[in-house]
Amino acid sequence: MIQIKNLTKRFGELKAVDDVSFDVHTGEILGFLGPNGAGKTTTVRIITCYMLPTSGWVQVDGLSVFEHSLEVRRKIGYLPENAPLYSEMIVSDYLRFVMSVRGIAKERCSQRMKEITDVCGLGSVIHRNIGELSKGFRQRVGLAQAMVHDPEVLILDEPTSGLDPNQIAEIRGLIKELGKEKTVVLCTHILPEVEATCGRVLIINEGQIVADGSPAELQSSFQGKEQIYLELKTPSGDVEGKLANLENVESVEQIESDGNDLKKYTIECVKGVDLREKLFRLAVENSWVLLEMRREQASLEDVFRQLTTS
Amino acid sequence: MANHAAVFCRKELRTFFDSHIAYIVITIFLLICGWFFFSDLFLVNQASMRNLFNIIPFIFMFFVPAVTMRLISEEKRSGTIEVLVTLPVRDHEIILGKFLAGLILIAVAVILTLVYAITLSGIGDFDFGSVVSGYVGLIFLGAAYLSIGIFTSSLTQNQIVAFITSFVIIFALFMLDKVLMFMPTLLASFLEYLSVSYHFSNISRGVIDSRDVIYYLSLIFFFLFLAVRALENRKWR
Repeated sequence: MIQIKNLTKRFGELKAVDDVSFDVHTGEILGFLGPNGAGKTTTVRIITCYMLPTSGWVQVDGLSVFEHSLEVRRKIGYLPENAPLYSEMIVSDYLRFVMSVRGIAKERCSQRMKEITDVCGLGSVIHRNIGELSKGFRQRVGLAQAMVHDPEVLILDEPTSGLDPNQIAEIRGLIKELGKEKTVVLCTHILPEVEATCGRVLIINEGQIVADGSPAELQSSFQGKEQIYLELKTPSGDVEGKLANLENVESVEQIESDGNDLKKYTIECVKGVDLREKLFRLAVENSWVLLEMRREQASLEDVFRQLTTS
Repeated sequence: MANHAAVFCRKELRTFFDSHIAYIVITIFLLICGWFFFSDLFLVNQASMRNLFNIIPFIFMFFVPAVTMRLISEEKRSGTIEVLVTLPVRDHEIILGKFLAGLILIAVAVILTLVYAITLSGIGDFDFGSVVSGYVGLIFLGAAYLSIGIFTSSLTQNQIVAFITSFVIIFALFMLDKVLMFMPTLLASFLEYLSVSYHFSNISRGVIDSRDVIYYLSLIFFFLFLAVRALENRKWR
């Protein structure tokens, strides 16, 4: 649906986006991640025709942002960062204004207004001034504005910032629902959000794409050690030494000991090796009481940190 | 195109009137006009609007920038410009819509001063022709100031900067024909032609000449064109 090829955007000397290429397909929810200033917003602004790229091209549904800017904008619904709105307007007036600019026929307006207020939960504030609304409601008005024309492509820049946990869950559910038929690009810093909603993750750093794949793929390709957390109940003895002597173990670290028999360890081992069986047998041999044992997976946060810090 | 511009125009007008900007600005405009108009009306003892047409161009210097200063700069400051220009509309439709809204506001203010004309027509020998052409001149003059104000508003995020810059440009264009005596003759006639007040005095004298009309139309077109370019500037930076 969205095709981006060799996209570069310079601001003077600074390369905000540097030779970026990727595709987004229909029915995909793409989580677009990156630290502040990585080029997320610039990329999104180019897709939405706010800016033109320095070089490279962007196509939305086969239409170029250079030659068919208006058609591209018709297909896209866009919620910019911080959901900028006219604070002196009434919510319903604002939505009606966007609808008339979007060319939605008058007779369809009221029906569409009903649908969108239901979907975005705006019923209680529809006649209020936007300036009086809380951050959460403003965010939802922004979302309503982006969805008012039932766009094929939805681009949301941090849509859940400022929402309470219930609202976040609602909006995520909504995005997931939309993502079934539409193309959704979700820019965010909030990593659990990506894990909860996105089928695919793209991480951008210093204008370049550093990772592309499903959250599970990214986690498994994480360049790191396998870690096992172990909690034992055992009288004294050289537990640490015995653990370290196991094959493939690289390091053993005792996390905490309450002075009694309870001991907690993290064991790092060679990647791709499952040590749990051996650990269990070792515990049986030494008659340690095994209270807890779990494999620690690299979280998306670890992946993100590793890829975006140098 | 006309359709989109009309939508933007309606929206801006609603904002003018909902946020009370329109009422405040029009009231102050009428107060100042009234004070200047009636303070020497009975001294001069003539049923003439000339005095009013002399003073309004000066009042417009403050009044019009006050109307235009927030039109685009406020959108830039609050970020709503990003929503606006990613809607499927052309940049010039946005500018045109805002221009038309400003024009309607100015027209409303100017039409309200017709009360003076009606009053005068009852008390003396009254030249309707010059009053009509005076009002036509005021609308042209206001429209030219508006286009300058919209241009400066599109350059900055700061309303005060927009106000002051447009005031300075308008003031310079207005004063051009007042400094002619210091200029060499060749330059003088050129500067005179560039001056807004010279063309306004032509029209308000009762002669609607195509030269003056063309001057105003090209001035309006020029600054609105610059405003569109300033808005497009985001694409190339």
